[in-house]
Amino acid sequence: MLDLLSGFVTELRRAGLPVSLTEHLDAADAVHHIPLEDREALKYALAATLVKSSTHWRAFETAFEVFFAVRTGGPGEAGADAEDDELGQDADGAAGTGGTRGRGRSPNGAGGSEGMTPEELAEMLFKSLLSADAAMMNVVARGAVDRYAGMEPGRPVGGTYYLYRTLRNLDLDAVLAKLMDQARAGAVGAGLTDLEERLAADEYKARIEKFRRAVETEIRRRLVEDRGAEALARSVRKPLPEDIDVMHATRDELAVLHRVLHPLSRKLAVRLARKRRHGRKGPLDFRATMRRSLSTGGVPIEPRFRHPRPAKPEIFVIADISGSVASFARFTLHLVYAISSQFSKVRSFVFVDGIDEVTRFFEGVADPAEAVARINLEADVIWVDGHSDYGHALTEFHRRWGDEVTSRSSILLLGDARNNYHASQSWVVEDLQRKARHVFWLNPEPRDYWGSGDSIVGEYAAHCDDVVECRTLRQLEHFVGNLA
Amino acid sequence: MSTDPGAAGATGAAPGVVGSSGARGARTAASLGLPDAGPPRFASLDAVRQGLGGVGYLADESISGVVYLADRLSKPVLVEGPAGTGKTQLAKSVAELAGARLIRLQCYEGLDESKALYEWNYRKQLLRIQAGGPGEIESGGRDGERRGPTWKELEEDIFSEEFLLARPLLEAIRSTDPVVLLIDEVDRVELETEALLLEILSEYQVSIPELGTVRATRLPMVFLTSNNTRELSEALKRRCLYLHIDYPDLDRERAIVRARVPGITEELADQVARIVRSLRTLELRKAPSVSETLDWARTLVILGTETIDAAGARDTLHILLKYQVDIERAAKELLSVS
Ligand SMILES: Nc1ncnc2c1ncn2[C@@H]1O[C@H](COP(=O)(O)OP(=O)(O)OP(=O)(O)O)[C@@H](O)[C@H]1O
Ligand SMILES: [Mg+2]
Repeated sequence: MLDLLSGFVTELRRAGLPVSLTEHLDAADAVHHIPLEDREALKYALAATLVKSSTHWRAFETAFEVFFAVRTGGPGEAGADAEDDELGQDADGAAGTGGTRGRGRSPNGAGGSEGMTPEELAEMLFKSLLSADAAMMNVVARGAVDRYAGMEPGRPVGGTYYLYRTLRNLDLDAVLAKLMDQARAGAVGAGLTDLEERLAADEYKARIEKFRRAVETEIRRRLVEDRGAEALARSVRKPLPEDIDVMHATRDELAVLHRVLHPLSRKLAVRLARKRRHGRKGPLDFRATMRRSLSTGGVPIEPRFRHPRPAKPEIFVIADISGSVASFARFTLHLVYAISSQFSKVRSFVFVDGIDEVTRFFEGVADPAEAVARINLEADVIWVDGHSDYGHALTEFHRRWGDEVTSRSSILLLGDARNNYHASQSWVVEDLQRKARHVFWLNPEPRDYWGSGDSIVGEYAAHCDDVVECRTLRQLEHFVGNLA
Repeated sequence: MSTDPGAAGATGAAPGVVGSSGARGARTAASLGLPDAGPPRFASLDAVRQGLGGVGYLADESISGVVYLADRLSKPVLVEGPAGTGKTQLAKSVAELAGARLIRLQCYEGLDESKALYEWNYRKQLLRIQAGGPGEIESGGRDGERRGPTWKELEEDIFSEEFLLARPLLEAIRSTDPVVLLIDEVDRVELETEALLLEILSEYQVSIPELGTVRATRLPMVFLTSNNTRELSEALKRRCLYLHIDYPDLDRERAIVRARVPGITEELADQVARIVRSLRTLELRKAPSVSETLDWARTLVILGTETIDAAGARDTLHILLKYQVDIERAAKELLSVS
């Protein structure tokens, strides 16, 4: 067990989780206290000792599934089934859309599902979903993987493809439709109301999701048998949310990012606020101190301080939101939101080949997503053809707002500086640097690509206090941390 | 209170606790020079889960598992998760289950040592000094001679127990009866205060220059909650077990409703839980939390609702959702009356 644990910890570290030696030892301690055959308990014991951030949970879970995969038909699995069964009974106890539950344990063990015809499989899948029978779902999952996944030994894959093949053959959308038909047929009187319809659909979707996970688990299990945990872990490893490259994120990764983005921008906002209020105590307030001392016989034992005068930093954010940085733009806008909710004077501008001020969209909105959506719809950023033209956008900025930049202003430029071979007009940045307190540039491209092709970030860099690579949330957070 | 250094079981845990399997692991509190962890509070994983259920807290596998381990490993638990998912309640319920007193330190920005640990009652000290006439202090004065106390005597007097204001951390450490310490919303304090907390949670002792060192006689169970408005330090996280409490799944939420809303029927509780689950799948500014589910369920019971229809849900939706845009979206997607 301890060897297995060491391998597991090594994998977590490879996946980017910061597991310390103490935590490794804690985990080893923790497993002493739980029943060995209880896989769920093992999972939570390891999670509690090794994973200290909810954004790392997915990476943990993936690795756990690989390293502590359920064995076929063994006692471990019986345990897992029994417990799923319990959940099934809970669901069963409630009146609802469930319908009647299949009675009795489904045939268990590896052999149970062998040689089922596609029709039998489909029928059994339908029944298991209708009755929320977890044990039966597992049997169907095994049968479906046997029949449809077409797994070939030794291939260095993570299993997504097998999952896709299996699910496509089962056509879960059609199954959902059939389940809904059944629910409608079973309704009394005038059929389901819209609300009932929706609730039933959500219930079945939850069950289908559960089934999908069962298929995934089954595929993982076979892959582990085939190639061993370590090799498989390497194939299924994914970057942590904070390390996802925003420019080249897959759809899945974007969804993950999206979920962590909101808390992140809130966190940034709080961090900024805190830094700004640092050194909270102002000068001694003599009168208040004396007044206060009256209650202690004139001895000034509780000195009072004046509130410090809040500094008035002024920030100009100028962000490229063209297609080449579309997903980056989304993040920068969230960043802008975070900044503008904390500093009284943030002016924000977005550009493609034209430029528009969007400060107003951020005012008084509680949700960054809303501001971002409105900006995408309403900001006027297209001048000629909707391809980035930094030169034109910057010149326009300079003409319309250049006079408002003063020695109290900090300027943040966000973009890849891929200029479609237009003129750079870098004199604008030069002039801004002369007037402003700071000019920073955040570039979402890897540093190695800077200056290649139509990237002209070098021309602007000469006039910036710093140009920072900013491809991941981690880098973004780092920059903001240093900024405030 | 125990101010005697070494008084508190630093020399080893109770016999029979160390070493045997199923008892505390190799690195027990005692071997780290910490106060005695005492006998385990909970007999088994199941005992925790059922016990919590018995005091009206519906835990899932991970919640009860972590509580169990926190006791066995003598480690604080850091609890994170969305608002209103039962983080604070968990500490309260564990206290109830363990028959312990709950001591709560509510964190806020600007919380410092004097509010978290202890401070001297300056006012009272001052008044004491002003009133410090002869005879007021039993001093070693010679027979018949009336004199004021010497400065040293006075100092000893005003820096004694009587003038000490114990704040939650000190109170938890010196308590002789069992306590559960809840450090609520720890992400709100500044880094220096976080460092102080870490120190306390590593040593379970406080040294007060004027009085000596106060050691815990028994390790308290400690829960820290965070709403994740900032990253806590690595050191603090390493010290703790980590527990993320998310919105409950359907079964658990239904059970929570049944446990917390008197007089609700099984059918209504089920409907409430289902509707809330569906609402949470929508893209809302703020998804309904468990507290809002409970408020809604209570309202429905008061209104005498037997089953919820679209119109009834719409009329009470504002209890569940706090933003007008969310209410409108939910009404449109879920509750259109056709
Ligand atoms: N598992 C549960 N069992 C019973 N009651 C629960 C459970 N979870 C939450 N509740 C109830 O929900 C309400 C909110 O819980 P609590 O105040 O503990 O949330 P919280 O996570 O601390 O929220 P916040 O982040 O806002 O402080 C309480 O009334 C609590 O009793
Ligand atoms: Mg709370």
